[in-house]
Amino acid sequence: MEIVYALAIGVLTGSGVWLVLRPRTFQVIMGLSLLSYAVNLFIFGMGRLAVGGAPIIDALKQADPSLYDDPVPQALVLTAIVIGFATTALFLVVLLASRGLTGNDHVDGDRDSDEAES
Amino acid sequence: MSIWLQHLPVFPVVIPLVAGAAMLLFAEARRTTRTVIALIATLANLATAVALAYVASGAMPEMWPEGIAVYLLGGWKAPFGIVLVLDRLSAVMLMLNAVLALTSLVYALARWKKMGPHFQSLFQFLIMGVNGAFLTGDLFNLFVFVEVLLAASYGLVLHGLGERRVKAGLHYIAINLAGSFVFLIGVSLIYGATGTLNMADLAARVPALAQGDRVLFETGAAILGIAFLLKAGAWPLNFWLPAAYGAAAPPVAAVFSIMTKVGVYALLRVGSLLSASSVSGAPAPFNDGWLFCIGLATLALGTAGMLTAQQSQRLVAYCVVASAGTLLMALGLGGAGMKSAALFYLVSSVLATGAFFMLSEMIERTQQFGEDIAAEPFEPSVLEDPPDLTLPDEVVGIAIPAAMAFLGMSFIACALLITGLPPLSGFVAKFLILSAALTTGPLETLPGSVWVLWAAVLGSSLAGIIALCRMGVRLFWSSDDIVTPRLRVIEAAPVAVLLLLTVGLAVEAGPATDYLGLAGISLSSPQIYIDAVLASNPLQVSSHEIEGIGQ
Repeated sequence: MEIVYALAIGVLTGSGVWLVLRPRTFQVIMGLSLLSYAVNLFIFGMGRLAVGGAPIIDALKQADPSLYDDPVPQALVLTAIVIGFATTALFLVVLLASRGLTGNDHVDGDRDSDEAES
Repeated sequence: MSIWLQHLPVFPVVIPLVAGAAMLLFAEARRTTRTVIALIATLANLATAVALAYVASGAMPEMWPEGIAVYLLGGWKAPFGIVLVLDRLSAVMLMLNAVLALTSLVYALARWKKMGPHFQSLFQFLIMGVNGAFLTGDLFNLFVFVEVLLAASYGLVLHGLGERRVKAGLHYIAINLAGSFVFLIGVSLIYGATGTLNMADLAARVPALAQGDRVLFETGAAILGIAFLLKAGAWPLNFWLPAAYGAAAPPVAAVFSIMTKVGVYALLRVGSLLSASSVSGAPAPFNDGWLFCIGLATLALGTAGMLTAQQSQRLVAYCVVASAGTLLMALGLGGAGMKSAALFYLVSSVLATGAFFMLSEMIERTQQFGEDIAAEPFEPSVLEDPPDLTLPDEVVGIAIPAAMAFLGMSFIACALLITGLPPLSGFVAKFLILSAALTTGPLETLPGSVWVLWAAVLGSSLAGIIALCRMGVRLFWSSDDIVTPRLRVIEAAPVAVLLLLTVGLAVEAGPATDYLGLAGISLSSPQIYIDAVLASNPLQVSSHEIEGIGQ
């Protein structure tokens, strides 16, 4: 399971970084979204992967920590998702403003380099 | 009274949060109400910061011994709950932020607050984020506060709109989003290796790590350090900075000049705590030759930028880069007294660049030609309630006499501060750094890096003099059609206050260096900080009060 998980994070990060380096604003925002998924999975993985472990102590089971999952990364991931989502949404607004002001979707708003690229 | 005093460390976060949220309840048209709230909140913030600086000097040993005030949010003990920690370093940074916030706010009242929606609220949230980042004792909370200040700064950097701002803002947001992800990876790696996020607890746990975990931890710390360096504006991660700071509205840019120092603060704080944790010193980016070399490259870039900048606000943005470079170099060199010297330089340079950003906009107004970003129309369609544009500017304040003389003198003062010439505090600061570099050992065995620091700092000062002289000549003497601008008191006063503060800092350099010296010493002996955080107990509600509630 760890291998699959690590590969998934790696693929997401790799595609994310490649997209962030592209010249179109839409590609950049997709890249940032993929990166945020990868980071969220990574934080989650740092709490060690476990199948069927609850993050809250169950009164019926024993208090043995090995039966439970680490609750802290799950809380961190929630915070990171909220913050990442909000800032990406904000970026989308700026992207649209930039499109409106410059008339093209190049990250530098530069039509010449835009044509040279394509 | 003592109940309120116990809660003092949380006020710098609560005051701007409440004020910023309260302002949203009033429509944009009720500008006076918002302005009054903003002024009251910023003044209260300044008063709190002064009180906290007094507390941090060890004034209340019965409540907070050693001058380290630990505030347990939620009342859980340290490694489990979230803490705010105030020591001398935090207190100095809080005070600096409060002064800068008040002056930029007053400056913005003249005309900039009208240029876009929700300026006042975003401004308060920015103050809250910066204050929180200086106070928090927990790595993940540091991330949250940095995000709060970044989210507010995304709004502020676009304040006034215009094509240049949107373009610079796009880059600024993209790189900071990527930086936040790097920050998160570092934080989660550290959590995965050590099982804690509390900085004091982290420092206590690291020596006991197994070899495998140790490698993971060092990797996490290095990644975290990259995120801090990005915030600090270090080369090669600072190419967004001149564009964003050069294009932002001047009062916004002024308050941004402390934002890069959040990264420097985080480097100092985490580096100081981690250096205690192992014999080999702190992990890579915090305390090493790395920091020195990065600082050198940053300083070189900032200096080259100052020489090439054509527009005064962009020049100031490169001054911010150069000051970040000097700071990183000084901190990378290390040595006794260097931390306090670097802190003195930090205070002086933040005040200088803050004043210079506001001043540069007033000077731009004397020029009839050139790129006037202030005159770019903003989009009324984005406003919920278009502000009342019929209000004449003149009613806002009275014009000051001798405007050109004031601008010229202030420009000279800023140039002296940034290049480090006497008699202002810039000279004292650079002198302290250079002399602290010499005390790292006996003169014959001084490492070569000391002389590199001397050459770099003095060389960049010389280049700065050339760049600023040229800019001054071009702005004041060489253009034929200079218009004497109408300066209002509330525009001139903030610049004057900031410059007078640097005069005060130069005159009272003795007490200031004493205070900062103790801050530097407490950074070098982090065990006191660690013990204070881990030993602190939740606030006890006295039996007297419980009776009161019962009645």
